[in-house]
Parts: sequence; structure tokens; C-alpha cells
Amino acid sequence: MSVTNNADASRMRTVFFSILFVLLSLLAFSFPAHAQQNDAALNAALSDLNARSFKAKTAAVQALGVYGDARAVAALEALSEGRLYGRKSDKSVVIAERDGKIYRLTDPATGVSAGEATSRELKKIIANNKLRGLIRGVLGQLALSSSDSELRRAAVENVISSPTGGSLALLKSARDRETEDDIRARLETGIATLELGSDDPALRRAAVDRLADGNDPEIKSLLERRLLKNADGSFVESDAQVRAEVQEAVSRINDRLALFGLAEDLIFGISLGSVLLLAAIGLAVTFGVMGVINMAHGEMIMLGAYTTFVVQEVFRVTMPAEAFGFYLLAAIPAAFLVAATFGILIERGCIRFLYGRPLETLLATWGVSLILQQMVRSLFGANNREVANPDWISGAISIGGGVSVTVSRVYIVIFCLVVVAALAAFIRYSRFGLQMRAVTQNRGMASAMGIRTGQVDALTFALGSGIAGVAGVALSQISNVSPNLGQNFIVDSFMVVVFGGVGSLWGTIVGAFGLGIVNKFLEPVSGAILGKVVVLVIIILFIQKRPRGLFALKGRAAEG
Amino acid sequence: MGPISRRLFALESRSGWIAIAILLVIGLFIVPALNLMVPEGSLFHISTFWVATLGKYLCFAILALALDLIWGYAGILSLGHGAFFGLGGYAMGMYMMRQIGDRSVYGNPDLPDFMVFLNWDSLPWYWWGFDQFWFAALMVVLVPGLLAFVFGWLAFRSRITGVYFSIISQAMVFAIMLAFFRNETGFGGNNGLTDFKDILGFNLSQDSTKVGLYVVTTIALLLVYMICRAVVSSKLGRLLIAVRDAESRVRFLGYSVTNAKLFVFTLSAVLAGVAGALYVPQVGIINPGEFTPAKSIEMAIWVAVGGRGTLFGAIVGAFTINGARTYLTGVAPEVWLFFLGALFILVTLVMPQGLVGVYRSIRSGELKDAIRRRIQRVDV
Repeated sequence: MSVTNNADASRMRTVFFSILFVLLSLLAFSFPAHAQQNDAALNAALSDLNARSFKAKTAAVQALGVYGDARAVAALEALSEGRLYGRKSDKSVVIAERDGKIYRLTDPATGVSAGEATSRELKKIIANNKLRGLIRGVLGQLALSSSDSELRRAAVENVISSPTGGSLALLKSARDRETEDDIRARLETGIATLELGSDDPALRRAAVDRLADGNDPEIKSLLERRLLKNADGSFVESDAQVRAEVQEAVSRINDRLALFGLAEDLIFGISLGSVLLLAAIGLAVTFGVMGVINMAHGEMIMLGAYTTFVVQEVFRVTMPAEAFGFYLLAAIPAAFLVAATFGILIERGCIRFLYGRPLETLLATWGVSLILQQMVRSLFGANNREVANPDWISGAISIGGGVSVTVSRVYIVIFCLVVVAALAAFIRYSRFGLQMRAVTQNRGMASAMGIRTGQVDALTFALGSGIAGVAGVALSQISNVSPNLGQNFIVDSFMVVVFGGVGSLWGTIVGAFGLGIVNKFLEPVSGAILGKVVVLVIIILFIQKRPRGLFALKGRAAEG
Repeated sequence: MGPISRRLFALESRSGWIAIAILLVIGLFIVPALNLMVPEGSLFHISTFWVATLGKYLCFAILALALDLIWGYAGILSLGHGAFFGLGGYAMGMYMMRQIGDRSVYGNPDLPDFMVFLNWDSLPWYWWGFDQFWFAALMVVLVPGLLAFVFGWLAFRSRITGVYFSIISQAMVFAIMLAFFRNETGFGGNNGLTDFKDILGFNLSQDSTKVGLYVVTTIALLLVYMICRAVVSSKLGRLLIAVRDAESRVRFLGYSVTNAKLFVFTLSAVLAGVAGALYVPQVGIINPGEFTPAKSIEMAIWVAVGGRGTLFGAIVGAFTINGARTYLTGVAPEVWLFFLGALFILVTLVMPQGLVGVYRSIRSGELKDAIRRRIQRVDV
């Protein structure tokens, strides 16, 4: 008997403790970890709200704020809205909602129902405007301990931008319990910013030391303000030693910001380079591999962009709204096919009669480009067509130091690398790629070996055009879709191919990224347009040194 | 006859001289007479608008001649000749800009309007001297010539030929366009130079000035044609043709290909500059639009349509295409680009010798033979 009893009791105890444990973990999950420790203090402060004098109420509200428990939020909101009552029977504080003749009560600390009461059993806790103002501030501070990290982030910014007397202590306690790194970093800068204004030079120096590690342009200007002089000629920062440290910190931040500026130029250069590469890579096939000057190459890009527009409109009409964002993926093969089809038509209808006469090819394809432009203008109108960024490539990524990149640019860099890798693999490993290389190296011999050179020509041209069409899909995301879209890229893409070396895929890649990065590094020095002029002049001069580009083909193939 | 005039006469065949004489009579006497002496409303009256339009075509013909000289004879296809044309135009435009003086909107006698607008307080150094006509005229020749000399020296020295040269020259004109679009470059930016009042004291809005400019341009075309003809029929001309057909072989024979090409390219640029300088007072505006690569490519098709390597064909082509443009953009603007595009394709595919080539094969009966052969082949 006693044995069973004992066993029962121990089982009961286990069950009880596990339930308690689950409850506690739930609590720990929904509130910051410290919350349970000071329930008594919280309850004390809450019941103080029911004090007689406004002075005591004010003290209680402030205590709740400094104490920083999110559970106080409900009580404070109720107080400022006049829904907080004192129950006469046990002097406890309750939130009451009127329901006909009776009031339904809730315990402010737990949110659990506390029964019902009539109006005679309750006494309303009165707040005045001053108290309501205080409550608004305290509520803002309390958001610092909210479980929602977004709310906390906003609250941190709020407190930093309009600090009050208690803010420093508040930020410090918030920092001690903050779990997310970026919010804690923000809190640290906030604390240092506030300490910068303290009366103790030692504290100020410590704050400067900590701020010197940041890379925020805002902090830099904050520090620089310490170096200014007041109207009466005295320094804002009275202590000479601290002033020297501030000076030092500013120069350190400046160095770091310069580094970020470099990184920004580099990133934007890579981004521009990937755009150039996308525009030029199809040309590297038609011009580089086949030796055909295709002035209608830009129009293939334009056709790709317009295909994207059409696919988008089709998706808008036929697909549910959730699937709309994926129109871009569907547009890639569509654009490839459209541009490749036009490519085959151009090759079979025009270019194949002109092999070996590059100047005539140039003029004829220019004619093709004029016709395509006018065709698109007649079909779609001369105005820009809007191609929307789907949700999954909208937005921007912040890198720090005030530098941020739009997500679409990042995707374009990735997309561009994928396209280049796919093309390189295709030329290297596929049967068609082999035939293509054979025809490039020795047309007569390839023909003698049974390769249909005419067919290879047509398909190679289709491949180059198709890739240009795919580039159009990407470019539709960052530039205007208009009949002139291709014109803007034609000179640039020829420059990339010539600079990199005709017939070399590597050359095209290096050429595109090289030109993109050089362009972006020149821009801050000379302005956007002049930078481009300088780059063009550099290319013209560069070709003096290496007339066949960076990665020139060697041997007989180069003697065309 | 002295030796010089004998050599001059040797430049053209007898029928050639007769054609030139007839065209000169029409161009120099009949057209102005029909404009100035025949009363308005008469069937034979040529309005001043048409005289100015003809004057424009004449400028294009000079430009086409310049291009034919290098493309048709030396095999250099420049897709950047708009740069030389435009620079010549800008030099003339700057002179006329300075002639406006205090009659401008802002009324500043020392600064053109756009500089006042940009808050510039003094004339940039590269505008100095442009208030003198002789200086501007010198610059019309010097600036395009110098640019072509430097560019050509760089290009030909490192043996950039064929399409590479075309692409590089296109990049050059593109770079110039970008530079001239900037307000800070100091040539009026996007709007360019316009609102001209007079040239050498003649009021530009008067009909007599317009007809006068037209006559000057006609004479200039004749002179340019004679210069080009003299070059291509000289020993240098034969060397250029040899370079066009087999550059390496000419080099191995010991000729300096680079110098020959450089000379003819620079000469061509100077002629293009002159064309630009005559063009601007007749249309009343010069802006960076003249530097768009598309315009420079279009010049090549004038030459190709007329017939490369004939000089005369370049003039025919410039008149034909620009006439068609004036007509089509008036009647059906949408069709113009289709027409021009189709022309590019058809000329290169079907009639590589251009209109002059077609005319010659008709004259010689080759065309008839070719058609007969084709028909016979179909019959078999």
C-alpha cells in the first residue's frame, strides 16, 4: 500500500514538475528571461497605481517603465484609457470592461479573468494629461523589452532619437538582456551616444573609444559635432584629452568609411560589369566565334526585354496572383526562343550571303536593327513599357557604412555568372559546341569531315542571339523597356568584346568586369558621363598596344 | 593651254565635263533664278524652303564625297564621320553664336545665353577667337583635321583595319557625343548652339542670304569633287586602291601604307568639317544629335546606295536618300525606318555597286545579258 502510495506520489510529482517546466519554458519563450524573477516588485508597482496622490501614481508609472516588463503594457494602456479600476474588496488593481450592468475584470499582470463586479464594488483610477504623457513615453520604453524583435528595433531607434533622463539606464538594461546582435550593437551605440553628453570626462572617453569602432556616417557627424565650438568660443567638448580622442576616432571612422566607399565602388563596378557582360556575351559568340559583326545584337536584347513584358502581361491575365512573381522564370526560355528565332531568320535571310565581307555584314545588320526597332515601335508604341520587379527580387541589402545594394542587382550578377558558365560548358562539352569550334578553326576541313557548316552557322548565330534575348530579360529589371533599349548597349558591348579580345570567352568576362569596375572608380572623380568618355579613350589607346585585345587568339586564326 | 589646266581637264572624261556643266548651270543659275525672279505662286517658283533643303542636301553630298574618298578608294569604313561633320559645324556655330552679341535673350554682349544661364562669368579659353570669321574658318578645317590626324595615326600605326577600325571610330563619335551632351563641356549641352542672327553681316533670316549660302555650298561641292577627283586620279589614288585591295602586299612593296591612309583620312575629315560648317548656317542649329552613332552609320548607306568608289555615286546617293527621307517623313513617318532598314539590306545584298553600278551595267548591256542568262537557266 505504502509502496503504491509512494510510487503514486512520485509520479504525481514528476507530472507536476514537468507541467511547471513546460509553463516556465513557455513564459521564458514569450518574455525576456528576467521577467519571472521580480513578480513581486511588478505587483507592488501595479498596485501602487491605485495610490491616492498623482505623485505616487507618477512614481509607480516611472517604476514600471524603468523596470521594463512588457506585462505592464496592458495596465498602462488601460490606465491612460480610463479602463483601470481598483477593487474595493481586496484593494487589487484590475482592468474592467463594461458589459451591460456589470464589469468583466481581468488581472493586468497575468491577463487572466478575475471574475465580475458591479460598479459599486469598483473605483476608477484616474489619470490626468500629465500622467498620460508620461505613460506614452514609458510605453515606448517598454517596447524595448517586447518579445517581438521588430518592435524592439523600432523602440531602440525611438529612444536614441529622443532621449530622456532615464533613457541611459533603460538602454543599459535592455542591452544586458538583448539576444540579437544587431539590436545590441545599436543599443551600444545609443548608450555611447548618450554617455558622450555626460558630465564625467572618463565616461565620455570610454564612449568615444567604443564609438570609434563603428562605421556609421551618423556617428561620425555626431563625433564631429563634439569638435565644434560653442557660440562663446569654448569647445563643445571641454576636456582637451577627450577632444584629442574624438579627433582620433573621427579619423579612424573616416578611414573605415573610405574602405566602405572602395567596397561600394567595387560592388557597383561588378554590378555594371555583369550588365555589360550579359549584353556582350551573345556578341562574343556571333562576333567572337563567327566573326560576324551583328549590329542588330542590341535589338536581340530589346526583343528579349519585350518578350518579358509580354510574358508578364500573359501571367497577369491567366495566372493567380501568387504565381505572378514567377513570370520572370518563364520569360527566360521564352526570350531565348524568340531571339533565337529572329537570329536564325537574320542569318538565313541575310548574313549567310555576306560571309567574308564584314563591312557589308555590318551595314546589312544595321538595316535589320532599324527594321526591328521600328517594328517594335509600331507594335508596342514608342513609350517605355513597364516591367515590374517580382517581390522576390525587390528590396535592398545593407552592407554597412551607408552602402546598400538592390537585390535585383545581386540576382543579375548571379544570373550573369550562371549564363556564362552554362555557355562555356555548352561550347566545351556538347557535340554542337565541338562542331562550332571546328568550323571556327577551319571551315574547309570541318566541312570535309562531314560537318554541315551552314547549319552550324545558323545555329551558332541563333545561340548568340538567344543569349542576347536572355540578357534582355535581366536588363528589363533594371532599365527602361523601350524600342531604343538595344541602342544603349551596342557600343558598350562591342567595346567589351574588342577590349577583351575577339574570339575569347575569358576575354569577354575580364573585359566586361574590368570596364565596369574602372568605370565606377572613375565616376566619383570625373562624373558619370566624363568617366565613360575617359573609358572609351582608354580603350582606343589600349588597342594601340594590343590591337587584338587582352586575350588575343594566337596563330593562324588571328591573321584574318 | 597651260600644263595645269590641261591636267585639270584630264580629270574628267568629256561626257563627265558635260554632265558637270549641265548640273552647275541648273544648280548655280536656274535654281536661284526660279527662286528670286519667278514670282511666288507661279508653277516654276522654287520656294526658299526648298532652296535651303537643297543646300542641306549639297552639304550631305560633300560629306558623302568625303566618306567615299576613304571607303570607296582606301577601304577605310569610318563610322565616326559624324564627329568631323559635327565639329566643323560647332566651329561655325560658335562664330555665329559670338555674332549674336547683345541681341540674345539675356543681352550679355560677352557671353552666349547658355553660359549666362549656367552662371559662368567669363568665356572659356576654347571660345577665344571665335568672334573672328577667319579664326572660325581656320578651326573648321583644323579641329576635324587634327582629331582625324591623331586618331588615324593611332589607328593606322597599329594596323587597325576593317571592322575594327569601324567599331573604334564609332566609339570615338560616341565618346564625343557623350562629352557634348554635358552642359559643363561648354557647347550648350543638350540644346547645342542655335538662335543665330547673322553670318559675315548678312541676316540669316533673309531669303537672299539663304540663296547665297546655297550658291556657296554648290561651289564648295564642285571644288570638293574636283579635289577628290584629283586625289583619286593621282599616283596616290592608285596607291590607295592598291591598299584597299591588298594592304599587306603594298606594304611589302615598300610603300608607307600608314602615311597614305593617314593623309587621305585627314583630308576626308577636313572635307567633312567643311560640310558641317556650311550645313549649320542653313539649318540654324547644331546640337550633339549630330554625333549619334546612328547618323554616322547612315552616311555609309548614302555612299553605298550611290555606288562606292565612284565619287559621283556618293553625290547621287546623298541626294536620293535624303530626298526620300524628306518625302517619307512627311507622308508616312512610320515607314521611313522600314524603308531605310530595307535599303541597307537590299543594297548590300543585291546591288553592291549601288545606283551608279546599276546604271553602268545597263549602259554596257551587262544587265541585259545577266537577265537573259538567268531566264535561260530557268528555261533549262
